[in-house]
Amino acid sequence: MLDLINVSYDTQIPNNVGLSSDKKVLKALEKWHPGYINWWNDLIPQQFQQSMVYLRTAVSVDPKGWAKFDYVKMPEYRWGVLLAPEVEGRMIPCGEHKGQPAWQEVPGEYRNLMKRLIVIQGDTEPGSVEQQRFLGLTAPSLYDMRNLFQVNVEEGRHLWAMVYLLQKYFGRDGREEADDMLRRSSGSEEAPRMLGAFNEETPDWLSFFMFTYFTDRDGKMQLESLAQSGFDPLSRTCRFMLTEEAHHMFVGETGVGRTIERTCQVMVENGITDPYDINKIRDLGVIDLPTIQKKLNLHYTLSLDLFGQEVSTNAANAFNAGIKGRYQENRIDDDHMLTNDTYVVWDMEDGKAVQKEVPALTAINMRLRDDYTRDASGGVGRWNKIIAKSGVEFALKLPHESFNRKIGVFSGHNFNPDGVIISGAEYDAGIVQWLPSRADGDFIQSLMTAVTEPGKYAGWINPPKVGIDNKPGDFEYVKLHMA
Amino acid sequence: MTQPFKQHLIDPEICIRCYTCEMTCPIGAIQHDDNNVVVDAESCNFCMDCIPVCPTGSIDEWRVVKTPYSLEEQFEWEELPEQQEMTDTAPEAEALDPAIAALLEEAHKGAGGKARAPESAAKPTINMYTIGKPATATVQGNYRLTDAGAETDTRHIILSLEGQTFPVLEGQTIGVIPPGVGADGNPHLPRLYSVSSPRDGERPNFGNVSLTVKREEHGVASNFICDLNPGDGVQVTGPFGATFLLPEDPDARLLMICTGTGSAPMRAFTMRRERTVGQKSGGMTMFFGARSPDTLPYFGPLKKLPESLLKTHMVFSRVEGQPREYVQDRMMAEEDAIAELLGDVKTYIYICGLRGMEEGVEKTLTNIAESIGTPWAALRDTMREEGRYHVETY
Repeated sequence: MLDLINVSYDTQIPNNVGLSSDKKVLKALEKWHPGYINWWNDLIPQQFQQSMVYLRTAVSVDPKGWAKFDYVKMPEYRWGVLLAPEVEGRMIPCGEHKGQPAWQEVPGEYRNLMKRLIVIQGDTEPGSVEQQRFLGLTAPSLYDMRNLFQVNVEEGRHLWAMVYLLQKYFGRDGREEADDMLRRSSGSEEAPRMLGAFNEETPDWLSFFMFTYFTDRDGKMQLESLAQSGFDPLSRTCRFMLTEEAHHMFVGETGVGRTIERTCQVMVENGITDPYDINKIRDLGVIDLPTIQKKLNLHYTLSLDLFGQEVSTNAANAFNAGIKGRYQENRIDDDHMLTNDTYVVWDMEDGKAVQKEVPALTAINMRLRDDYTRDASGGVGRWNKIIAKSGVEFALKLPHESFNRKIGVFSGHNFNPDGVIISGAEYDAGIVQWLPSRADGDFIQSLMTAVTEPGKYAGWINPPKVGIDNKPGDFEYVKLHMA
Repeated sequence: MTQPFKQHLIDPEICIRCYTCEMTCPIGAIQHDDNNVVVDAESCNFCMDCIPVCPTGSIDEWRVVKTPYSLEEQFEWEELPEQQEMTDTAPEAEALDPAIAALLEEAHKGAGGKARAPESAAKPTINMYTIGKPATATVQGNYRLTDAGAETDTRHIILSLEGQTFPVLEGQTIGVIPPGVGADGNPHLPRLYSVSSPRDGERPNFGNVSLTVKREEHGVASNFICDLNPGDGVQVTGPFGATFLLPEDPDARLLMICTGTGSAPMRAFTMRRERTVGQKSGGMTMFFGARSPDTLPYFGPLKKLPESLLKTHMVFSRVEGQPREYVQDRMMAEEDAIAELLGDVKTYIYICGLRGMEEGVEKTLTNIAESIGTPWAALRDTMREEGRYHVETY
């Protein structure tokens, strides 16, 4: 019998989907594989390709086996195709097909819609690796470097996951889409990544932490809703990806938290009570809290744009078709079809932001965005506890969702972070306090020097409370290759 | 009274509320509010599925409690409470329930004082399952170890705990609760048995443990166990015991003296070493007494082990045409080898079997120690204090 829990290594591509007996897909993946390896090898600086990194690899998809830690050279990481175990008798959880058995094949009528969703999801995965490619050179510690590479290899694996679905279920079209994933490139003029946030560079480690906290959290929400899909292979793929995605949230939340903790600690040690005494704080080699707020404003609002239009027929169609559910669909107490429900969304009327009720079916994006904001605000609360504990008087907050938006009803309007509509002149005057300026970026960049001694950390960030895999503080998470 | 037990908790300061544990928990024991992710002590069955999936390490937190922290309390936490002092438990408590602790104290008293664990021993888990909250094991095998015609019926019982967490170290014991009630009308209390399998299982990573059980006439538990069939369910408690443990130090030299089913922990030690350091270790020497070869448990497999792993002296007291020989007699015959071991600070002594063996063994060790100019009582106390002298008799 086919073993669908343990990862099989009988083909070049580790998998738990029985690839060795699925010759057509195996051939397609093997054809795609060298391109992927080339992409990876061209991307990450050579010295890191040769280094031994303490990474986790899944040896099976059940809880006992999916996080095995060991040293590995990244190009030898076993990227593979891993799906969460099939749930027997699973039903389509929402939309007009609710209660029917989940699809094991793509229904013809939804083929294009489904393909588009998978392509968009897939395109973000390599995009983020591209954005983060040079961060290894300025890692504040070996611990952080290891976390970066863990995020990178897993984003790489998520690309594999989407490519598998494309090649297995979408034939020739799917193969072409898979090839395009490696053709597009973050920030490229000719062939950029599909979503805006994945074409912005990740210039420094604070941006990386903000990115993993805010932008990867969008990824988490999208995966959560795709995990509800009536198309079972997509659901199972996304469910397994979510377990990996949690690590990325962790890197972001603790990275920002450790940065804040260090800033507050240095302020207290030097008797600085005014968090806006920016120059004095910066002179001590830590990132002032108002600048951290500005980075937060930027990354949160860029991530909100990823949710698309507040009212969307595409999203309604995807839900109604049972292709994409809502966040924790199975825990929502309603008819899961949204036949008569309404949902409150933002709109602009006569130059003012107003909230109004619309059919809930059309507001799927808005609802997911609201769930996202709730989820994202949790960590902000934790960061504020760190500040409060130090005695510094300052509180971070999420800006209003109308601020700095390029997509949706607020785009093209000038809102300040409190959600007040203001004139263009006021906006231009205020922006330097709200979003990171070039000078802010230059300052942060000036702190970005690599620390490669085990157990040591750059001066702008504190060590973590707990090591990865319960390792002690001075554990050598990356054995650097010295050429 | 309420028995203390281990409660599974999540550190709210480290947790990032990704809910991966909650989604992974097969029985819905984990839940969250806007503040914290928490574990319901009522339902958590220690399956440990949530441990590896946690990206933060916040999930691997445990407190020994008498009254579990409620969900409401946990939701309010901003940080984990400290481990409360258990006034009635010593740091190296062998068990948390007084009844079991008393049984083990009685078994270990032949060491002449409070036993200590070897310094390099792995940290044991105790009292994970109690009478009020036992684990259910499934019988995988029940094999007679003694020859068909032999006068004693000693059996090798394999229990599966797959899917449950039952972290038991070599040398620890588990309780088996026989079904039914005793003459006093109360349910039977658990009987303790030393495990004879190593920590990773009778078969590695198959989540099973083995016991070595001799059928005793009128023995409620031993007859119940010896009559078990594969597939039967058995209520077990434990693990218990925090001192009769194997040093992790591969250079440690083991001197094991046992009779009958007292061989169970010695088998576990031997298998552990065989699976880890193998013959690249300080070595093990065993004096194993039985009435005759056909009543000596594991007689066949023992003969196959290389001497560099385990040097075995099988000693028989009832073989026709041969004088009666007891373990202490053979030890005396091997005086030089034992004297050399006694003089080495890397030597660990383990004695396990019927209480009757204690006196003879003690006398022989006294003689040998004195032959090298060391008073045994002082040496024994030093070794015990250093976690190098262990006695478990019944």
